[in-house]
Amino acid sequence: MIENRPVLNIASHAVLIIGIVIVALPIWITFVAATHDPVRMTQAPIPMLPGGHFWENFTQTLFGGGLSGTESAPVWRMLLNSLMMALMISFGKIAISLLSAFAIVYFKFPFRMGFFWLIFITLMLPVEVRILPTFEVVADLGMLNSYWGLSIPLIASATATFMFRQVFLTIPDEMLESARIDGAGPLRFFWDILIPLSRTNIAALFVILFIYGWNQYLWPLLITTETDMTTIVMSIKQMLEAAEQSPQWNIIMMTALLAMIPPVFVVVAMQRLFVQGLTETDK
Amino acid sequence: MASITMKDLVKAYGNVEVLHHVAGEIEDGELIVIVGPSGCGKSTLLRMIAGLETITSGDVKIGDKIVNDLEPAERDIAMVFQNYALYPHMSVRENMAYGLKIRKIAKDEIEQRVQEAADILEIREYLDRKPRQLSGGQRQRVAMGRAIVRNPQVFLFDEPLSNLDAKLRVQMRLEIRKLQQRLGVTSIYVTHDQVEAMTLGDRLMVLNGGYVEQFGTPIELYNRPATLFVAGFIGSPSMNFLPATADSGILKFGKAASIPSANHAAGAVTLGIRPEHLVHDDAGPIKITVQMSEHLGANTLIHGVLEGTDTDFVASMLGHVTADPGSTMSFSALTENLHIFDAASGKRIEG
Repeated sequence: MIENRPVLNIASHAVLIIGIVIVALPIWITFVAATHDPVRMTQAPIPMLPGGHFWENFTQTLFGGGLSGTESAPVWRMLLNSLMMALMISFGKIAISLLSAFAIVYFKFPFRMGFFWLIFITLMLPVEVRILPTFEVVADLGMLNSYWGLSIPLIASATATFMFRQVFLTIPDEMLESARIDGAGPLRFFWDILIPLSRTNIAALFVILFIYGWNQYLWPLLITTETDMTTIVMSIKQMLEAAEQSPQWNIIMMTALLAMIPPVFVVVAMQRLFVQGLTETDK
Repeated sequence: MASITMKDLVKAYGNVEVLHHVAGEIEDGELIVIVGPSGCGKSTLLRMIAGLETITSGDVKIGDKIVNDLEPAERDIAMVFQNYALYPHMSVRENMAYGLKIRKIAKDEIEQRVQEAADILEIREYLDRKPRQLSGGQRQRVAMGRAIVRNPQVFLFDEPLSNLDAKLRVQMRLEIRKLQQRLGVTSIYVTHDQVEAMTLGDRLMVLNGGYVEQFGTPIELYNRPATLFVAGFIGSPSMNFLPATADSGILKFGKAASIPSANHAAGAVTLGIRPEHLVHDDAGPIKITVQMSEHLGANTLIHGVLEGTDTDFVASMLGHVTADPGSTMSFSALTENLHIFDAASGKRIEG
């Protein structure tokens, strides 16, 4: 619809603004709550304008013990744990699924399609379904309370393998033949041709996987018992129930704000590649 | 520089044989065109020589080395693909240098070779662009540049011009020919376009259904086609074919028409006459009922059927000739321009 009518312009802007307000309101309240002292947040009605305790709450949350009267790790430690977990999951998933898609598309070996479907079937086995055996394996390998334990069980990915398979199938065969005539062996072809050609898809997948990893809740809750290894997403929930007192909303909301920053940063920084990776078909 | 020998080459997919005992020798510095309709196996044959397809049986020799089991990179060949197959994420310079880089050739030598090739192909100002910023013709040049820098023993071209428009195709055809003669590299060129084949090749190999129909110079193929297929494939518009009966030097065809021939064939044959070899002659034995005429400027094509039959017939006359639809025109042809083929096998019957 390409029309140039002022009334229509105003109307469509109004609709968009209302939409944004609805979506942004909870985030605004989170922000406002993070700027008041603990007492103010328990009184009704809750404030709609920022208060003056932002920096105080910020330093207490990030570097202090978080909630007063508990033994949780400082929030910077949780952020670091979450970041490590999310990065290990996304890089691990991308590396493994690139390699397995490469094997499935470009190599002829017995039961090739069998392996492909085997990988595909694991889509039906998310962490929640196999959580007890997975916990047992991780515990036996001595990986409880470690970054390896947090990330490895979540790394294998049928979705990413399938996506890279589709990407590789769109690359014309002549590209491979041309590389063979140029003398490039399989790994050289993979590294010099396939990876640069799937660059935007890798970026798009990285964004999705980073957020997937960052938002993990159940698995970290199970395998971390030491406060030093807790991740930020699971801690927010624990803060609500902490220490038999009324929730300290200012600290909790500040933690939530901090937890939002890395995913937002990743999305904003990689937005252009992300959109290209999901829409571009030109090879 | 090297000769290429194909010995008894067979390609089969499972039980289906697609190339049947292809043989031929290509001399050093020659440009051979493999031509045939789509699906005749011409690309498969080229890819077997390149090493991109396995050889079911038989041998391919480049120089005096059997290369059957060598990887494409070890065969010392370069190939130009129909869709160019340039690496889209590399600049023109990187595209041309990639093969050399893998071969671990010194940086300054790579640069020098790329510059030389770029000069030959006049693509110097595009060296830092990406392939997608180039037009079809420029991409084709880059693809050739990539072949040249390799300094190979053999160039292989797989329908390199079929993605270009008609005018550019004629121009690039000439450039490929000049380039090949200048570099003197043995080349094999695959195309389905008979004009391209006739103008480019020192010799042509005509393939049909996986069989070599004929292997010879363009003029040999035009003057003495070995089979009905070659006769119909080479030359435009294509040769007229009439069912005929031969009997002691006389060919009978159509409704009680006959023409003398110097051929000793007897029995059922197919008589072939090229449209451009028909001479308008009121007393001529070949009578045609005109259906329509096409005026091409330099000549006129008269389409019709042989009088009293429904065998299609085309005559090509110099200049502007008017012929009314429905009228009858008579033609004669010189004896040496009559081609006689066995009606059953389609093989040429020599005088």
